[in-house]
Amino acid sequence: MQMTKTLLATTALTVASGTAFADGHMASDMTLVSWGGAYQSSQQNAYVAPYIEMNPGVTAVWDESSAEAVAKLRAMNEAGNVTWDVVDVVAADAIRLCDEGLALEIDADEQLAAAPDGTSASDDFGDLLVSDCFIPQIVYSTTFGYRTDLVGDTAPTSVCAVFDTDAYPGKRSLEKRPINNMEWALLCDGVAKEDVYDVLGTAEGQDQALAKLDTIKDDVIWWSAGADTPQLLADGEVVMGSTYNGRLFAAIEEQKQPIGMLWDAQVFDLDGWIIPTGLSPERQARALDFVKFATDTQRLADQAKYISYGPARLSSAPLVGKHESLGIDMAPHMPTDPENAKNTFLYNYEFWADYRDDIDAKFQAWLAQ
Amino acid sequence: MAETMLAADGTPLKRSLARALRRQKLRALALIAPLLIFVLITFIVPIASMLFRSVENEIVQNTLPYTVQELASWDAATGEVPDEPVFEAMYFDMFIAAEAKRHTRLGTRLNYEQTGLSSLFRQSGRKLDDLGKDIQKPLEKLNSDWKDGETWYAIFNGAPADTALLATQRARVAALTDNPTEGDVNFAPRADIAQLLPKTARAYTAWAVFEATQDGRDPATRDPWEALPVALATDLQTADLSAYSGPGADLLRAAQSADLPTPDFTAAFTDMDEDWATIIPWQTIQTHSSTYTGGYFLNAVDAQKTPEGIAWQPDDKQILLKLFGRTIWMSLLITFSCIALGYPVAWLLANLPMRKANMLLILVLLPFWTSLLVRTSAWKVMLQQQGVINDVLVWIGLVDDANRLIMINNQFGTIVAMTHILLPFMILPMYSVMQTIQPSYLRAAKSLGATNWTAFWRVYFPQSVPGIGAGSILVFILAIGYYITPEIVGGTKGVFISNRIAYHISSSLNWGLAAALGSILLAAVLVLYWAYDKIVGIDNVKLG
Repeated sequence: MQMTKTLLATTALTVASGTAFADGHMASDMTLVSWGGAYQSSQQNAYVAPYIEMNPGVTAVWDESSAEAVAKLRAMNEAGNVTWDVVDVVAADAIRLCDEGLALEIDADEQLAAAPDGTSASDDFGDLLVSDCFIPQIVYSTTFGYRTDLVGDTAPTSVCAVFDTDAYPGKRSLEKRPINNMEWALLCDGVAKEDVYDVLGTAEGQDQALAKLDTIKDDVIWWSAGADTPQLLADGEVVMGSTYNGRLFAAIEEQKQPIGMLWDAQVFDLDGWIIPTGLSPERQARALDFVKFATDTQRLADQAKYISYGPARLSSAPLVGKHESLGIDMAPHMPTDPENAKNTFLYNYEFWADYRDDIDAKFQAWLAQ
Repeated sequence: MAETMLAADGTPLKRSLARALRRQKLRALALIAPLLIFVLITFIVPIASMLFRSVENEIVQNTLPYTVQELASWDAATGEVPDEPVFEAMYFDMFIAAEAKRHTRLGTRLNYEQTGLSSLFRQSGRKLDDLGKDIQKPLEKLNSDWKDGETWYAIFNGAPADTALLATQRARVAALTDNPTEGDVNFAPRADIAQLLPKTARAYTAWAVFEATQDGRDPATRDPWEALPVALATDLQTADLSAYSGPGADLLRAAQSADLPTPDFTAAFTDMDEDWATIIPWQTIQTHSSTYTGGYFLNAVDAQKTPEGIAWQPDDKQILLKLFGRTIWMSLLITFSCIALGYPVAWLLANLPMRKANMLLILVLLPFWTSLLVRTSAWKVMLQQQGVINDVLVWIGLVDDANRLIMINNQFGTIVAMTHILLPFMILPMYSVMQTIQPSYLRAAKSLGATNWTAFWRVYFPQSVPGIGAGSILVFILAIGYYITPEIVGGTKGVFISNRIAYHISSSLNWGLAAALGSILLAAVLVLYWAYDKIVGIDNVKLG
């Protein structure tokens, strides 16, 4: 413990003494943490490569650890040796990292780029700045895909088709956690959309949601990795399943699988950058410089060329063009497209920060029954 | 016999021998020292410190030291919300915690025990400034000198200093921030003012220490936090300033006679959030305020610490004991399937001619060299309903297309995949033990009239038991901590306790509970090892 404290102290001192006269000096190495796969390469193409081109001499190293970012950052912080410079996390994780003091607070207007028309960054990102530490990048959604050849003549149009095993027999895949599933269950059990979280905050409401899920329990395959559902759909193991919309886009447009999108009651969530606390001033300056560039209007719009996630800035939306290699228009594939966003949910961060552990315990106990 | 034997140099032989032996031992120890130190530093220490988290609970004390003190005399059983002094202590504790960004961490910790406290702390932290502003404004209106950090500094700094106060606040800030607070802070609370205005002096000292040691700024020139006017207004309610003639005496007297708003801490907290007006947050803080707690271990066995004592979790939240039982039961099943499948293979390996045995050994080892994830995913392809096995069964007509077998995402899938993955750990020790069994023993048994079965069962098998023992211990201990395979193929009924440990390490960040679960798992393995030693005898285990 003493050693940790000494290490922390020296880090704190270097930070404190360094900020005063470190202006302009930026580290030349940068470790970026992301999710790997198509998403990470969209980031590489849309802004890491251009950034390095603009700043010769800077090298960027990727670490595909976003899924364990919170735990790893906490461990690094305790050891007093933070090796990451910029970390891509979902908004819920950003909130937790901010709560734990592991992520740097960002003043959006000061430290992020304004829109080309002069709109301040805080207005351009708007409500998506869900935490003081979070720099939003994309809007993605968790939604359902279905096998067009296995659902019969009437393709499902409502999320409640998931609970209707008479009309759509066969297995479904759902994520092995309560978040989203509980909301959909209540929604399809007659709870009004605006009341869902009030109901879910009570023990009776949680039981109600689990009871609804219980009606399809034997027909569910539970997934824990985003790639599972597209695979299960492609294999014909399930008729419908939830996953991230970008995964379904890849399965439909790139791999030409017979899969349809069920945008109904899609749940919006955000993904973005955080900068860890405890970096040396040079590294922090580099990280801030990078995120300012990487989250400006054009760069966020560019990212949509490679993956079907919506840019988090209002001003980026009109700039979204065609897919880089497929050449199709990306706008209709965005979760935020008006045609797709007729009935949507926004992940309730505050609610799940409070109730996650409690409901998760119940959910897991229910699963194990 | 009375004469002791002497060595060549005249010292008693016994002592001389002992010395030589000791020297030898030391030399041996020096030789293994690098390894020993390496193992200690990289293995034992991190594990011990991780397991220590299962009882460690300093965060409540460190973040809310004065609140915990005040709460000690409150009795939750009355059903009444605590008195004003508790709210007052909470305000000042929370204020400095919010400046250090520790209040949210505490909220997360308490949320494990009581749902809702996470956002209660986060939101209250944001609204704490309101009360300060209500008092700061009239005070500054009264005399603009109060805006100036130097005014405050002049009032509170000086000799003779209250060194005890400074030392306590240093320790408090150090505990709160986990950073050292030694070194010059360019401030010492004057003893007379500390006695006259105790709350303000305490708050000011804590602020000065924080400012100097955490932010590296000189408190003499900085404007203090909004909590300071609040503390001053509180102190001025009761302070007797008539005899005071030190710095700022007139300012203070003027402030006292002016009608500053009386801080109402209870109302301020109720304004921030209605929940503060219930006993729930206070009860949680009180119940979980001890520095060391058995709470995590209770949680790990589906119980909880409540104000009334230890109680079981509600039925619909009980899961961990069930998972412990399932983990041990399934690990035993996997171990036995490994013995059943591995024994003939090991026998074949030991009895085939060298060339063929080597070939077979490579086949055993080949999957061993393949990535664990690849092997697990391969089982998915094999076992799923549209998978290879089902397709073949449907094709030969053994299974109806509409009723394909469910062989994955359940216990069966986990047992099959894990048996396959752990099989080499069973075969290899068995093989190396069987290699040492002389074939002539079997021939001797047969020539003495034993049947094949008797020769195997009475002569061969007993000699191979040490291999089974070693393999079983290896397989069982590996199986009990397995995580990724049950996660991928286990579905809902085939997951292990390690999946919950992983969840608490990486998702819920409840490392205390994860550590408690890990400790219990470790203890279970040690108990089983001990039982094995009692029943079979650990001397009967051979790896080769």
